[in-house]
This record gives sequence, C-alpha cells and structure tokens, in this order.
Amino acid sequence: MKHRTFLWFILPTLSAMILFIALPIVSVFIQSLHVGHEQVIVVSESCGPFGCTPTTSIDLEATAKLQEEQPLGKFNGLATYTNRSHLAFQELAEAWRTTQTFGEFWDQVFNLPFYRALIFTLTYTAVVTPMVIVLGLAIAVGVNNLPKFLKGPSIFISLLPFLVTPLVGSLILYWMVDADGVIGATLQRIFDDPSLSLKASTALTWVMLIVYGVWHMLPFSFITFYAGLQTVPEDTMEAAQIDGASKWQSLIHVIVPHLAPLMSFVTLMMLMDNFRVFEPIVSFSAEAHATSLSWIIFNDLRESGNPLYGSAGATSILTVIGVVILLTPVLIRTWRDFNRKSH
Amino acid sequence: MATKAQNRITPLTIISFALVAIWLIIAAFPFLWTLWGSFKVQSDFFSKADWRNAFYGINTIKETGSAFTGAGYHGAWIQEEFWKNVMNTGIVVFFTVVISLTFGTLGGYALARSGFRYAFWILMAALVFRAMPHITLVSGYMLPFFEWNIWGLLPTTIIVLVAINQPFTLWMLHSFFLNIPKDMDESAMVDGCTRFQAFRHVIIPVMWPGVVTTGLFSFLLAYNDFAVTSMLLSAENETMVPAIASFLGTTQVQGNVMFAVAAVVSATAPLFILILFFQRQIVSGLTAGAVKG
Repeated sequence: MKHRTFLWFILPTLSAMILFIALPIVSVFIQSLHVGHEQVIVVSESCGPFGCTPTTSIDLEATAKLQEEQPLGKFNGLATYTNRSHLAFQELAEAWRTTQTFGEFWDQVFNLPFYRALIFTLTYTAVVTPMVIVLGLAIAVGVNNLPKFLKGPSIFISLLPFLVTPLVGSLILYWMVDADGVIGATLQRIFDDPSLSLKASTALTWVMLIVYGVWHMLPFSFITFYAGLQTVPEDTMEAAQIDGASKWQSLIHVIVPHLAPLMSFVTLMMLMDNFRVFEPIVSFSAEAHATSLSWIIFNDLRESGNPLYGSAGATSILTVIGVVILLTPVLIRTWRDFNRKSH
Repeated sequence: MATKAQNRITPLTIISFALVAIWLIIAAFPFLWTLWGSFKVQSDFFSKADWRNAFYGINTIKETGSAFTGAGYHGAWIQEEFWKNVMNTGIVVFFTVVISLTFGTLGGYALARSGFRYAFWILMAALVFRAMPHITLVSGYMLPFFEWNIWGLLPTTIIVLVAINQPFTLWMLHSFFLNIPKDMDESAMVDGCTRFQAFRHVIIPVMWPGVVTTGLFSFLLAYNDFAVTSMLLSAENETMVPAIASFLGTTQVQGNVMFAVAAVVSATAPLFILILFFQRQIVSGLTAGAVKG
C-alpha cells in the first residue's frame, strides 16, 4: 500500500488515539509536575474597643484570579513524586532506620498510601492470574468432555460473569456476602458469631476481592482454552493412547503443551486487566482495607471541589511505568515474531 | 472418534464434571438470586433472620400483600428517573460503536495491507495503549476539558470512549482483514480500481462478520465503562453505570437499597439478551486474537 493511501486510511483512528490517549499521557505528566495553588491569605488587623487583633482571612477573589491565570497550579518539579502520598523516599528511609525487624518495617510501608495500593494491586494480579489460568483450563477440559447438548448452555452461563458490567457484577456479589446478605448471614450462623463481617478484616476483604476477580475473569481463560482444545490434533492424542498414556498423562504431555501459546496470550490479557483493578473496590466499599493504583487516582480526582490533579497525575505516571514494565517481555517477543514473519 | 477407552468413566472424569457443575452454579447463582430478590422488599432480600425469607418473600407478603413486588423497579425507573440514564447509555453506546467501527475498519484494513515497518509500530503503540488503565487517561482529560468548557457533555464522552476503544478495535479488525485474501482487492486494483474503490466494492461486502464481532466488543466496552463515564459526565447526563454507583450513596442512607438492586437487574438484562443472540460471535471474537496470533 502506498504511504499516501495508508495515511488517509489510518488518519481517523490515529488522530483519535493521539489526541485522546497519547496527549493525555503528556498532559498527565505536565500536571504531575504542578501542585494546586494555596489559598491567598490576607492578614488584616481588626481594631475594637479593647485594642487590635490580627485576623487572617482567605482572599477568595485573589485565589480565583490566581487559579484563572495558572489553571495548572504552580510548578513543583518532581516533589509530588517523592512526597508522602507517592514514592515517599523520606518516609521509607526513616522507617528503615527506626525499625528493628522486617515485619515492623513492612507495617510502616503498608501505611503509605501509594505502597499500600501497589502491594494490593500486585497481590491481586499475582494471585488472580495463575488461579484463573489453572481453573480455566480445568473447566475447559471438563466442558469439552460434556455431551454435546450441554456444551452450548454451559458456555452461555459461563459468559455471564465475564461480560457483566464489572461494577454491577461486583455489587451483585457484594450484596450476597454483606452481613445481611444470603452468604454473609449464613456464615454468621455457621460460625455462630453475629458480628462476623467480611468487610471488617483486611485479610477477608482481600480474599473477597480476589474471589470476585477469579469469578469475573475465569470465563475468559475458559473460553480461550476451550477453543484451543478443539484444535488438538486427533493423531497425537491417539498415538499417546496407543503408547499407553493415561488420560492424566495425555492431558499433561499433549494438551497442555499444545495450549502453551494460548497460555501466554491469556496471561498477557489477564495481567493488563487485573493490573487496573478498580470497580470492585468501589462496589465493595473496600477502601478501608484495600486500595488499588486505579482507585487512588479516582479518589484524588473525586476530591470534591478541589481535585488533586498533581497527585493524580503523579500516580498515573507511576502506573503507566508499571504497565510498561509488565508488558516489556511481550513487546520484545512480538518484535521478534514480526521480524521473523516479514523476512 | 469416541472409542470405549475414551468414554470410560474414571475418577478424573468425575472430578472434572463436578468441577464444571460447581463452576456453573457459582457463575449463575448470583444472577438468579439477585433477579429473584429484586422483586422482594429489602427486609427479605437482606434478611438476617433467615435466608429463606428472600426465597418465599415472607415480609413482602406482609408489606405488599403479594409475594412479588415491583416497588424497587418503580422507585428506580420513575422516582429516581433511571429511564433518563438508560437513554443516555443508549446514545453513548450507539454513537461509540458506530464511530469506532468506522475508524477501526479503515485503520485495520490499512494496517493489514501495509508491510511497512511503521504499521508494526502503530500496532505496538496500540497494544501499549490498550493496557493503559482508563483512569490514568481520565486524569489527563479533566483539566483541559474544564478549561475548554466541554466537560460533562455526552459528545465528549463518546469521542473519549471511541479513542479508548480504538486499540482493541484496530487489533481485532487487523487480524480479521489479514484473513481476507490479498488477491481480492489487488485484482480489483489491477482492473483499474483505486485503493479506496477496491475497499468500497470488494472488501466492504465481505467484512460484516468481523465487523459485527468487533462491534459487540465495542458495545461491551462502552456499556460497561465506569471510570470514564463517572468522571466525565455531569449529573444530568449520567449513564446507567455511574447512576447505579451514585444510587448507592443516596439510597443506602434512605433505606432504598432495593432501588439499586432493581437498577442493577435492569442494567444486566440487555447483556443477557446480547449473549443469548450473539454467543457464537462473542466466543469467536474472544478467541480470535488468541488462536491466530
């Protein structure tokens, strides 16, 4: 295709992506270097019959004017990145100096908002991804062995948790595990503890969010593996059987290797989607025990009346760096594939 | 090719069937439970005393005289004006899908037919863009949109959703167009068509299966989005998902959780119908990227 024609074809999509994906990232970076204006404070003396007292008041007009002139706020350099709400170098060093054991240090780190969110996000990603892959494969094998008339309905039911709106899906689960909901109330009865609440403990909240994550994502890996299973070569399976392989052995030595390329695809998708975990934290109102990187950005922006653009920007940039690190191996592999294909 | 040996029932088969059965229950039960419960009163759906209340509707009978009540739906749709949010969702989703598919088909076709290195780089950039958490982009929009006074409007949200949709649409349509033989449009060009005419007369008639599949996923992305719609729409332009989130804030206080439950069921119903009619396309779309690449 000629360069010129190519340009005309690609122009709409490319300009949409540049304007609304690439430029916002630049804009986020610029925002992150700025910090909101402080309010302009005027000190005036008010004199009464008993002498003068200085009073401070906020000059609303001057504050608004300043805001008008420099909507970004004042330049702050990288200070937002290193402050307590983000990378918190000072606090980390302080914690490292003053604590004796690793556990104590860890406790201190866990109190820093950014690290708290990062730890949850990474844990969520690292636990949900392998669980979804293993369970998805197991269910795909199971469904593949089902009689034909049951396959369609099973796939239909399985698609529901994946395609449902994440906010809605997590709400549905949340209402069930709520202290008054069907699962929450039953658990209270089983453990005979009327104050038992899944929301009250950090560990249980994490478990709850991870269970949601697996429930929501499992269908994707199941469907992908199920499609892959349809292409397992009959000959190889038969050969394995003739050689005396049991079902388990042929699963491990024939089917799993055949699905290996799919596994890297599923892993990539899972990593991307799990790393941005966000809606369940809103639905479960779990922020007291678990926050994610996406959630703290959302929280900064929602700060009513006075959104913290600088802080949100800094977290966003750090998140983007995280995503790029996560994707590097895949990008390198795709680069090699492309070169192989084009030569 | 079902031989006796393959069909023999072993412990492994039993375990795998049990696993499938458990999964199907876990997948379906929350939806059935919420659908059933949405026709009950709050003291039944959230019954501390006995979960069977939600099943038989003891309190619902006491309060309304019948085992089913539409009070939650009435409260959500009429009292809280959820129908407005439904209309907004309709508008946003329709335009997002149409515009993304138009942009995506043109771009995907070009990428599939160009062997130059920059095509690869565009695809790579799209992959990285696909992985960006949406909320990080949203934090970049807010300030400029406020400055230009376009925050809170439906068209702004539509174009943002179109852009966020593009990386996925491009990848999907690109791999779809790769499967349409090059010879088709090239022979048209040998016969004297320009590239665009070849696209118009040869490619467009055969591209619909791929476009429908891609369209389903664009629909899902626009319909399910929370990060963009909740931050970029003003209260009167809210779509369904952020409206449900704000229901939680307001109705929980007033003891009207059932409004939110009814709204949640209403928002899930279209997805249910979508899966019912397009199950095959959804499955093929989910696996398209995987099986081919």
